[in-house]
Amino acid sequence: MTRKAVALLSGGLDSMLAARLMLDQGIEVEALNFYTGFCVEGHTQSIRRQDPDRPRRNNALWSAEQLGIPLHFIDIAEEYKNEVVLSPRHGYGKYLNPCLDCKVFMVRRALDWGLQRGFDFVITGEVIGQRPKSQLKKSMPVIARESGAEDRLVRPLCAKLLEPTLPERAGWIDRTLLRDFHGRNRTPQIELARQYGFRDFAQPAGGCCFLTDPNYARKLSDLWQARDRRDYSMDDILLLKVGRHIRPGPHFKLIIGREEGENHFLEGYRKSFIALRSVSHNGPLALVDGEPGAADLETAARIVARFGKGRDAERVSVEVQRHGQTGQLLQVAPLRSTEIPQDWYV
Amino acid sequence: MTGPEQLDARHLLCPLPVIRTQQRIGQLPAGAQLEVVATDPGVLHDIPAWCRVHGHSVARIWREERDIHLLLQVAGKERTMTGHK
Repeated sequence: MTRKAVALLSGGLDSMLAARLMLDQGIEVEALNFYTGFCVEGHTQSIRRQDPDRPRRNNALWSAEQLGIPLHFIDIAEEYKNEVVLSPRHGYGKYLNPCLDCKVFMVRRALDWGLQRGFDFVITGEVIGQRPKSQLKKSMPVIARESGAEDRLVRPLCAKLLEPTLPERAGWIDRTLLRDFHGRNRTPQIELARQYGFRDFAQPAGGCCFLTDPNYARKLSDLWQARDRRDYSMDDILLLKVGRHIRPGPHFKLIIGREEGENHFLEGYRKSFIALRSVSHNGPLALVDGEPGAADLETAARIVARFGKGRDAERVSVEVQRHGQTGQLLQVAPLRSTEIPQDWYV
Repeated sequence: MTGPEQLDARHLLCPLPVIRTQQRIGQLPAGAQLEVVATDPGVLHDIPAWCRVHGHSVARIWREERDIHLLLQVAGKERTMTGHK
């Protein structure tokens, strides 16, 4: 009887190697990739126009193709927000990364998905000691227990350093063929990839989660502080990746496009925000998030003028449009760079 | 004669167009056709790749201004790939 495993496939090398080790043992493997809204490696490139011809790929799909296995995307964005990002039981890592809760959540979802479809166990590419929070040796049993997977969770890359799981004890897989990788040294993985002929795999191994990015985490913290509540919409998390974010006051901030692609992307949000754009000189589109007063709008217009071709002009005409309605024109003097305090930049 | 099923995935960034495609194809019978319209150029890579790992085929890809159209043919059996190459 062929045993079946569900693999969490992030698109990084480790999960790809873990799946391949199972395939080598005759296990039928299908992969899942979870869409959280935060792991969006291609978004910045999709939005910006700097490298329109640079080939792009989804690394999880690429890995599945290399392995020759089906990959299923699972959209968990809403549940992930409430159960993981906003209230992680195990807290955050260095930034806003709830890595341990994230792993528990994903393994649980993979287990549920697999059990409904006749799969026998779940595999991940975890390596003991590779990540500071979720891949510590003491975290491994926590993930197995809290996900409900218990001994149906196999980590092929470091299994020899862990207690034997059900698939090993039952003889579905041969423990001696599993690995004992540990620590941050990537040499064993690179060597195994070489043996398998995997080239051009995604680097680094840390995946693409924006919650581990200090700049992104700072912007998300700023958003929560300004709104006085810890919440976000999918549009919020997309907009945090776009443009310069400048907050002249606690009650409003500007999101200013940095190039044509970002301006085009921001255009799609015109109806949801106050939008500013210079009409006398070429310049970026800016959205205002918050509740600015009249004086604030003038400050915003002066900032927008600063980032356009009219930055050295005496006066610049800036159109202010509220939620896609007919705009008003403001004649403003562009702020000089020294007039924008560094702490306005989010 | 009815045309292909339609899926509007414009203004969604990858992988959302792929996720919507996956959901819609899951509801279609073998042999059905699905026309996906998207704006993220990432679909040019991702949707054909997703189709390949599930055995579906891409019959045609074309552009109309900013819109990218992909005409997909649903496979007889979803899983056709079995293990590494």
